[in-house]
Amino acid sequence: MISGTSVWRGGVVLIASLLAMPVIVILGFLLVPAGEVWHHLVSTVLPDYVKNSLLLMLGVSIGVLILGVGSAWLTSMCRFPGSRLFEWSLLLPMAMPAYIIAYTYTGLFDFAGPAQSLLREWTGWSYGDYWFPEIRSLEGAAVMLSLVLFPYVYLLSRAAFLGQSLCVLDVSRTLGNGPWRTFFTVALPLARPAIVAGLSLALMETLADYGTVQYFGVATFTTGIFRTWFGLDSTAAAAQLSAVLLLFVFVLVVLERSSRRSARYHHTSQRHQVLRRYPLAGWRGAGAALFCFGILFFGFLLPAGQLLIWAVTTADERLDAQFLSLVWHSLELAGIASLLALALALFLGYGRRLHGNWAVQLAVRIAGMGYAVPGTVIAVGVMIPFAAFDNGLDAWMRSQFGLSTGLLLSGTLAALLFAYLVRFLAVSLQTVEAGLAKIRPSMDEVSRSMGTGGAETVRRVHVPMLKGSLVTALLLVFVDVLKELPATLILRPFNFNTLAVRAYELASDERLADASLASLTIVAVGIVPVILLSRSIGRSRHEQAT
Amino acid sequence: MNKQLEVKNLTIAYDGKAVVADAGFELETGEIGCLLGPSGCGKTSLLRAIAGFEPAVSGEILLRGRCVTRPGTSLAPEYRNVGMVFQDFALYPHLTVSKNIGFGLRKLSRGESQRRVEELLRLVDMEDLGAKYPHQLSGGQQQRVALVRAMAPQPDILLLDEPFSGLDVELRSQLARELREILKRDQITAILVTHDQLEAFAMADRIGVMMEGRMLQWADGYSLYHRPANRFVADFIGRGAMLTGQVIDGPRIETALGILEANRTADLRPGETVELLLRPSDLVHDDNSPFQLEVLDRVFQGAEYLYTLRLNEETQVLCLVQSHHNHAIGERIGVKLDVGRLVTFRN
Amino acid sequence: MRIGHLPLGLLLIVSLCLPPLGSAAEEEVNVYSARKENLIKPLLDRFTEETGIQVNLVTGKADALLKRLQSEGKNSPADLLITTDAGRLHRAKASGVTQATRLPGDDERMAGMFRDPEGHWYGLSLRARPILYVRDKVAPAELSTYEALADPQWKKRICIRSSDNIYNQSLVASMIAADGSEKVEAWAKGFVGNFARPPRGGDRDQIKAAAAGVCDIAIANTYYFAAMIDSKDQAQRAAAAKLRVFWPDQAGRGTHVNISGAAVTHSARNRDNAIRLIMFLLNDESQQWYADINGEYPVRPDIPVNPTLEGWGNFRMDTLNLDRLGELNPDAVRLMDRAGWK
Repeated sequence: MISGTSVWRGGVVLIASLLAMPVIVILGFLLVPAGEVWHHLVSTVLPDYVKNSLLLMLGVSIGVLILGVGSAWLTSMCRFPGSRLFEWSLLLPMAMPAYIIAYTYTGLFDFAGPAQSLLREWTGWSYGDYWFPEIRSLEGAAVMLSLVLFPYVYLLSRAAFLGQSLCVLDVSRTLGNGPWRTFFTVALPLARPAIVAGLSLALMETLADYGTVQYFGVATFTTGIFRTWFGLDSTAAAAQLSAVLLLFVFVLVVLERSSRRSARYHHTSQRHQVLRRYPLAGWRGAGAALFCFGILFFGFLLPAGQLLIWAVTTADERLDAQFLSLVWHSLELAGIASLLALALALFLGYGRRLHGNWAVQLAVRIAGMGYAVPGTVIAVGVMIPFAAFDNGLDAWMRSQFGLSTGLLLSGTLAALLFAYLVRFLAVSLQTVEAGLAKIRPSMDEVSRSMGTGGAETVRRVHVPMLKGSLVTALLLVFVDVLKELPATLILRPFNFNTLAVRAYELASDERLADASLASLTIVAVGIVPVILLSRSIGRSRHEQAT
Repeated sequence: MNKQLEVKNLTIAYDGKAVVADAGFELETGEIGCLLGPSGCGKTSLLRAIAGFEPAVSGEILLRGRCVTRPGTSLAPEYRNVGMVFQDFALYPHLTVSKNIGFGLRKLSRGESQRRVEELLRLVDMEDLGAKYPHQLSGGQQQRVALVRAMAPQPDILLLDEPFSGLDVELRSQLARELREILKRDQITAILVTHDQLEAFAMADRIGVMMEGRMLQWADGYSLYHRPANRFVADFIGRGAMLTGQVIDGPRIETALGILEANRTADLRPGETVELLLRPSDLVHDDNSPFQLEVLDRVFQGAEYLYTLRLNEETQVLCLVQSHHNHAIGERIGVKLDVGRLVTFRN
Repeated sequence: MRIGHLPLGLLLIVSLCLPPLGSAAEEEVNVYSARKENLIKPLLDRFTEETGIQVNLVTGKADALLKRLQSEGKNSPADLLITTDAGRLHRAKASGVTQATRLPGDDERMAGMFRDPEGHWYGLSLRARPILYVRDKVAPAELSTYEALADPQWKKRICIRSSDNIYNQSLVASMIAADGSEKVEAWAKGFVGNFARPPRGGDRDQIKAAAAGVCDIAIANTYYFAAMIDSKDQAQRAAAAKLRVFWPDQAGRGTHVNISGAAVTHSARNRDNAIRLIMFLLNDESQQWYADINGEYPVRPDIPVNPTLEGWGNFRMDTLNLDRLGELNPDAVRLMDRAGWK
């Protein structure tokens, strides 16, 4: 007899297996002897990929730690002019995809750009007479990525600092430590797990980035995978590169998970206390404000402003029917993807809650790991099996029935949506599960004891309590899909361009100004979840005060 | 004639391990029962089984004469008409107090349910708090809302799982008395689960002491204290000391405190070694007593001192003395027995 | 419960994913193009206007499109593959995703080197990859061949884009065909040593860099240079004005050229429409458009070039069969890797 429970469990395991398929396919290629291409790679460019990836990660680590931890401490623990504003506005750089900020800064600070040209005009210097940081370099890429990814560290550090008991910090003061020492010897170590978790997320995004490093000419794994798969025409070697990249990613995932777990034990205060913030006066306050403003300026205001100027003045691309159809396609795609992701997340989340056993737990965890896999790798891992399936099915159908089914999956939205789900289901899942966790089992049981059955309980209790989480989940996936680049480049179907692809194409064709309209649209949509997050930040502050 | 609740030889097990073993007790209508014991003794599992959330491996549960749990079948909680109050109150954060209370009143008309809600709010002195949300209430208020919410559909039995554990200590005894008053007024049958004896004594008519899944004794508080059925109950309930003695004949036992009388005769054999339970209140202060015992420790409790006294090398006894008898540690204090028969345990 | 909605939802999603069936009645042709949309769409729109055949376009990098064609195999919906480089056309042919075609009424419209001898692909437009030099810093007498650019006198004076780029790969391939791997590898090491900066950016960036004084020599495709000269942006025009075109190796084999071209796929279901499209792209109007608007050299010798290109004068082109560019591409890429050309 097949019970509802086993059907649900089976469904969960099936979904997780499907979502894990691309990674399994990639790892499977490790068993294929790579031969000659691999040897060529190892002897020429692989060391570069490794070196650059490591250096990039180092640079981004330093960047996001300084920017993220510093600003988190200042806005959560101190009071200075503008601190309330900075609390939420420091999230705005999250709306900027890294590749867009990369193009924009190139246009601004490149040798031929306005900044340097102005400098040369004023001083009469010419090339070689002065030193100006080269934007299109590994260091530049590290700066770009830091500006855009530090909010991960910011958010998690902030939560950690706010969760720290004031008493712990006060005790440190009574023991003779000034505020700086307290910060370094008490607050920072206590917040370390949260900081490390945020850092891991930022580094995962760094490894997954394609647009920025490709544009800046930094040879890393993602550009190498593109190059090897397409240029050197070796699927096996490209898959093997992907597998090496996955190894790096795996280390980060382990780091992030274990940090999150220990972060729970680092939560030192059980009660909510009134948050007393250290007031920073005089030059200290001004310094803090300047630091935060600097981040906001370089991370959002400057690039957004330049995009705006370009869009309005020099761009050839007008708001015409073609652009609108582009916008429509992008929104449609993002909408479908976010709905699918939500449906799956609910299925998996409830599966775990109602019928969880070890298999379900494992399956849900696997399904939630896709965020770590770079889009490039996923696309490779999707294309191969989908095409094989389609061709295989077609061949079988032809031999059995003389019918040709043609291409069912590859080259359709199905392949692209599948890739999005693999990568972004984690976002939806995490949000839904966090929402479900707030509905304690005792609430379900109380409901039942009062004669309210399962379906009615869902309707009257779960849905109202989950509403916020559902909307958040939809929105987060929506924006992520809108910004996604490498997988979309590889898998999109006929007559289907997205804003991200358009921006990338135009920028890489050296038409930076023309790329601005598409870029601005992406950024504008990306601001919405920032606003959402900012409201929850405001709420957390309010809760602390009660 | 039906008892409101009957539990017969109930065994509940997880993964082959019994968490409740062969438990049995009964409650009349309007009685308040309590399951008392240390954590892990199975009291919560037993409560949840009565609610219908746990199945039984053997034994039965009957509610108002109807069998609701039997090995292999268990009537779902929604059909049992039980009310439950949880430790964390489980109030719905998205509903007002009134809506929370009225949650289980779907079967009534709008007017009727409104009236019932108001009636219940009055019962707990929260008439003007109906429009508030749970997070705006204090702990005690939340507990009251959880209580009347469970009471609203007029359940056959009310089940309370450690209802006071989330509250401040000072509130607890007061709330316990209030709760008992409310329940008694409406003749509501209830079972309370707690690890705190004082709560149990304050609230319950009958208390079941549980340890490691077994129900050791089901009786009122007085009986548990003064007539514990076995050593474990004696250890758990109240404080006391065990005094070793030798049976002389019948109820007479020879001890270090002289010849004392046991509370049983029948199965005592002369010469046998037995243990007698000595409560702190059994020893009184008497300067003229031949027994002058050394004070090992003392705890100031306001009206009394609780002295720990050395009887002999192996035995210490407790003595509750009015606190103006202030003896320091190391001094001697005279005590004598002020009790008739002592609870005796054979080894 | 919730489960009831699931099949409905699935149905909805599946229906969105299936290729549209209704349009089968309409005439159409499916194009995979490595040329950027804005460079090809106007022509395709004209084609639809004239013939009523609907053009469905997918753009992407040539390699990605090729990979996709290979995976999709017999069932690929693509009818026509358009690329920006001959090497890729050769790769397409070699991997078996193209088919041989004959253009109806085909006279020798274009030179044999611009088409595949077996008819798998046809060139559509021509571009050269000359040496661009800064007027005041370099005298034309100093320049001669590509090979000479490895000489130490050019140290820190050359700007060129990354080895990832297909145009550079084809250039190196043409040199291997002429000089052999060993010599070219030695040349490459010297050449790379003369870079003014590590390669970054595209062809236009090299021109801008040269104009700004970063280097004295830039290597770029002719149509990029032409686009900058005729640009609406004043800054680009000013930059381009500082450089001049030098046709390398006129005494030897000639300047390296490349084509953008089209190939009919072996899975083409709209084969005839695809051939019609190729014909269209080779007709007077289209070729003129390539010349005037795109700044390219038409493959048909009877079509005049635009004034800017005319101003650069005639030049001898390397008559290497462009098929070889594809054949030697893997060698070129590895050679560039070994020489450290980033």
